[in-house]
Amino acid sequence: MEKYVYINDRPVLWEEEINILELARKAHIDIPTFCYHSDLSVYGACRLCMVEVEGRGLVTSCSTQPFEGMRVKTHTEQVLKLRKTIVEMLLANHDQNCPQCSRATDCKLRDISNRLNIGKVRFRQTREFKSVDLGSDCLVRDPNKCVLCGDCVRFCDEIQSIGAIDFAGRGLEVNVASAYGKSLAQVDCVNCGQCAAVCPTGAIVVKSDIPQAWTAIHDPSKTVVAQIAPAVRVALGEMFGLAANDMTTGKMVAAMKIIGFDQVYDTSFAADLTVVEEANEFIARKSKGGKLPIFTSCCPAWVKFAEQSFPSLLDNLSSCRSPQQMFGAIAKERLPKLLKVDKKDLVVVSIMPCTAKKYECKRPEFTREDGIPDVDIALTTQEIGRMIKEAGIDFESVEPESFDLPMGFATGAGVIFGNSGGVSEAVLRYAADKFNIPVPENIVLQEVRGVSGLREATLADGNLKIAVVHGLRNARELCDKIVAGEAEYDIVEVMACPGGCTGGAGQPIVLTHKQRRDRTTTLYHADRTMPMHRAQDNPFIHELYDELLIEPNSHKAHELLHTAYRHRKRIDDDELSISTGDAKDRCQIRVCVGTSCYLRGSQDILAKTLQLVEENAWGNYFDIAATFCSEKCDKGPNVTVGDKVIHRAELAHIKQLITEEAARRVK
Amino acid sequence: MPNLELIREQYNSARALCTKRIVVCAGTGCIANGSLKVFDALKNAVALSGLEITVSLKSDKPEEHKHHDVYMVGSGCQGFCQVGPLVTIEPNGIMYGHVKPEDAEDIVARSVVKDEVIERLLYHNPEDGTPYKGVKEIPFYTKQMRTGLKDCGNVDPLNISEYIAHEGYFAARDAFTKYSPEELCTFYKDSGLRGRGGGGFSTGMKWNFARIEDNPKKYVICNGDEGDPGAFMDRSILEGNPHSVIEGMLIAARAIGADEGYVYMRMEYPLAIQRIRKAIVNAEELGILGDDVFGTGSSFHISVMEGAGAFVCGEETALLASIEGKRGMPNPKPPFPAQKGLFGKPTIINNVETLALVPIVMRQGIEKFRSVGSAKSPGTKTFALTGHVANTGLIEVPFGTTLRKIVFEIGGGVLDKDGKINNDAFKAVQIGGPSGGCLTSEHLDLPIDYDSLGAVGAMVGSGGMVVMNDSTCMVETARYFMGFTQHESCGKCVPCREGTRQMLEMLEDICAGEGTEETLELLQEVGETVKLASLCGLGKTAPNPVLSTLRYFRDEYEAHVKAKYCPTKQCKALTPIYIDPQLCRGCTLCTRVCPVGAISGEVKQTHVIDPMICIKCGACIAACKFKAIS
Repeated sequence: MEKYVYINDRPVLWEEEINILELARKAHIDIPTFCYHSDLSVYGACRLCMVEVEGRGLVTSCSTQPFEGMRVKTHTEQVLKLRKTIVEMLLANHDQNCPQCSRATDCKLRDISNRLNIGKVRFRQTREFKSVDLGSDCLVRDPNKCVLCGDCVRFCDEIQSIGAIDFAGRGLEVNVASAYGKSLAQVDCVNCGQCAAVCPTGAIVVKSDIPQAWTAIHDPSKTVVAQIAPAVRVALGEMFGLAANDMTTGKMVAAMKIIGFDQVYDTSFAADLTVVEEANEFIARKSKGGKLPIFTSCCPAWVKFAEQSFPSLLDNLSSCRSPQQMFGAIAKERLPKLLKVDKKDLVVVSIMPCTAKKYECKRPEFTREDGIPDVDIALTTQEIGRMIKEAGIDFESVEPESFDLPMGFATGAGVIFGNSGGVSEAVLRYAADKFNIPVPENIVLQEVRGVSGLREATLADGNLKIAVVHGLRNARELCDKIVAGEAEYDIVEVMACPGGCTGGAGQPIVLTHKQRRDRTTTLYHADRTMPMHRAQDNPFIHELYDELLIEPNSHKAHELLHTAYRHRKRIDDDELSISTGDAKDRCQIRVCVGTSCYLRGSQDILAKTLQLVEENAWGNYFDIAATFCSEKCDKGPNVTVGDKVIHRAELAHIKQLITEEAARRVK
Repeated sequence: MPNLELIREQYNSARALCTKRIVVCAGTGCIANGSLKVFDALKNAVALSGLEITVSLKSDKPEEHKHHDVYMVGSGCQGFCQVGPLVTIEPNGIMYGHVKPEDAEDIVARSVVKDEVIERLLYHNPEDGTPYKGVKEIPFYTKQMRTGLKDCGNVDPLNISEYIAHEGYFAARDAFTKYSPEELCTFYKDSGLRGRGGGGFSTGMKWNFARIEDNPKKYVICNGDEGDPGAFMDRSILEGNPHSVIEGMLIAARAIGADEGYVYMRMEYPLAIQRIRKAIVNAEELGILGDDVFGTGSSFHISVMEGAGAFVCGEETALLASIEGKRGMPNPKPPFPAQKGLFGKPTIINNVETLALVPIVMRQGIEKFRSVGSAKSPGTKTFALTGHVANTGLIEVPFGTTLRKIVFEIGGGVLDKDGKINNDAFKAVQIGGPSGGCLTSEHLDLPIDYDSLGAVGAMVGSGGMVVMNDSTCMVETARYFMGFTQHESCGKCVPCREGTRQMLEMLEDICAGEGTEETLELLQEVGETVKLASLCGLGKTAPNPVLSTLRYFRDEYEAHVKAKYCPTKQCKALTPIYIDPQLCRGCTLCTRVCPVGAISGEVKQTHVIDPMICIKCGACIAACKFKAIS
């Protein structure tokens, strides 16, 4: 039996739609909303999607399930009036410097207020200006543009399981904040930037490095070379009104040459190199009984996430640098000679679909001893698109050009890196012979393709177990199982962004699901049309080994292409000093007041310790501070007195230590 | 299985051996007024007088039962907080008010050793000075019908035996041993009991929604997050009779099939938290709570959860989020908590007062319960009566009682601006806290229940009732409540977060004399938007104080914006300063203190103020030695 719902008196077939809002979209009615996101939980906060349901009155269409015969009106007088008043009130407190905003063309608030024909805002601004968070290398948070829809908060928590940002305060003070009001750079943000991708306004945007890029280009003493990541070519066109499935590689190269890049290379070349290095690393581990599963390490957001959350798995991560960094290292090693330029005058600019790449290229280990970074500037797809516009280039009409050699030649293996599952597939293509994996004629390994958040494949007669995850919540769940010994794999590919790099936050703002799907299909299509599909077939990779690296995982390869990881605290190590006294060489007492230690009574220890010191006037002997999570939660309360670290601290013991120390100091 | 009959009998026999019982109110109000010191002083005075005294009956140890001259207990709130600390002497029922420790000796000598009444300590009618001996005479009590509060202020909240001796836990035992969950839901549905927390939804129906959910895990939650300014009935019940709430939760648990409960407490109620915790431990010791409730093999455990001070956590979905450790913000309904509540499991959330009434309804039976109150709102309701009224405190009346009876009889009349009883000074009653509305003299004879109040733009809400006399500015009152809701808005949904703020700004403009007629229109429009479009009940009701005053006191708003005049002279900016020519001596002092040169006049001539220049700083009023300026 078919079921119908009547939207504006017209019957609409109700199939799987879970709410009125989705059903209305099917009936070609776009009900305005800020906070409804089909990938996230229903939030019901913006109230713009209100509609009138016969017998029920006003309901939010995002949170209301249809029922058979339901009669819905989507634009009654009351509904339109409410929507207008609501948007008007939002505008009253919105920083309306639209021309200067990087989201000027795709701002939802601007779009909706336009659609609702809002002329005059009858309300006054009630909120004070809040400072903008410029601390992060990748993202800029401007609370003055925030409509508090919570999309960023929910994405960070629900999809990425991080929760680096959440709501704080109430009433007038409500705002989205990081822990303790710190900058994003100082908390557990992994820079995936998906908060910016879902933000309907310009409240979280990609940090622009465009000025630095122009400076380098305009400096005659500099030779500026670009590397372009595979996922960029399937999305850049969206910024110029080209269909999402248009491959724009050639136009992109040409436009960048026009802008003034001296050489334009392909990061896919470095991806081919990554395949060779990583596959050999894996084969070595597998045959010598090394740490398995091997986790991919191309995604800098995942790497930081692992460093924060899974220190016990860091040895499992492939030591391979990401393609961006491999490219940078090789470029700075070889290009000065090839292009006849001083190394200090060579500027490597990477064009990435990713915000975390900005953070990655600034990691200290990727700056060599001479103080020169391997990658100087990382731009996103959005930024290069904006530079093309700034230069006035008619992108649609540009005649395509090809990448420069040698680092512009890639196989399809390097290109599909941009899709979730691509790295696995590329490695499998490399290692197929070794493991007797039958590679079909069309070289498509269907086992690792798909859209599901966790995909598993067992190959080579059960000898090779692979898992592919995207979205860090999926990664966390999988890692928890691996740590608990409940799951075993040989290879685990992790991409932080849904869909992999094509869904990266540096890409143009995604408006529909189809857009994402088109990017993925187009990238696979690109692979099909390329002459080669296996990294080991790339002649320029062979040349590179012959001339520089000798063999995979060689000493030189390790120096240039591999790296190491370290356990990272989730929050920068700030302390709150709460004792008075300013004498030098005071004995430091640090009491962890993280949640776990707090629950185990650290607050009491802190208060009583402070009291003890004050009562005895020992302020010049001791400096007492509360610290944030010391990440030894199972051993709390954690207290340090001088150089002694005390786990499972008890008040009496701490008091005794302090008294002894005080006695020493009195003498 | 706990033998309730035996506990009751042992308590009664131990109690019968005590000649007199002194009850000192140990509710938060009386404690703040020093009732604990009074308790100690009385105890010492009794001991000094050579009488046998006990503060603990130990009724469960029959071998230790013996005669005591005095049995002394601290009770929960007795409601008449204004007269506290309260001391009652039983069996003759003398109630003393405003008792100080130095009165102890006198009380013991005359009213404990002997049976005299000390007249100076009695409550006197504020109008004519008539003394009243005790609760059986004081109009504040006699005009009420205390049902839910009956044992509050009478039983010792820390003594479970005393609660059992007052028929406590028998209803819960019946629920577990005599009735099926379905029968219980039907019983409470038929009783007509409606939630006392504000919404007034049928308790039995709510339970039934949770009962029919097929899920092995269900929760019962007691909502003790009472946050309305001026409301304290939940606190009083939890402090005065915590076992009644536990018993209500037990019956609810049986009705829906829950094995776990939470009491969500406002953290600003330390005494209530302490008492409910103790009561839970005592009920567990007796096998009333735990893994084998009344020996039936059913299990029910209760935990106490302290809130973090957010008003919005009284909203049930926000409360659930808070217990789950998330930020306390409401979520859209459906799904309703009865379907998908705490940790995704079917959950019912009942208010403290509702739960305290649950065992009483069973004890009374449907017929008796329905015989009180109105047809659609049976039973009684507690209100916190405050403001410009002679008797303030906690009261309980049947639904259907008129405002007139509450304010003029129980409340003892309206106090005018000089503090004298003058019923003509009545102006309005703000009912239902910041979510409620203002009622006027035209509503004095309105029988108060859920439906009648809704019809006139107010609500029962949590039961706060603030009486206002004619010196109250209604615009200022609306501004005050708006300030509260604005501050407490969780900020999740746009209409509440932005709308309450804009309304507050507009009200501030009006009070500052900057409002126009457009301001009033916009205020009305935003108020309606917030009411219609907000996510949760708190947002939807937040504009009530504004909308109801706009409706009933429109002329007062218009005076503010058109004539730029505050009729009650409460809004300083809208009260012109005036020099009385009869009193002005022309000393020129005011011209010299005026910072803006608004006052002119020759020496020994009457001075005048130019209202266009005057900034109403009040410096001239303070300076004038002849009280000529006002």
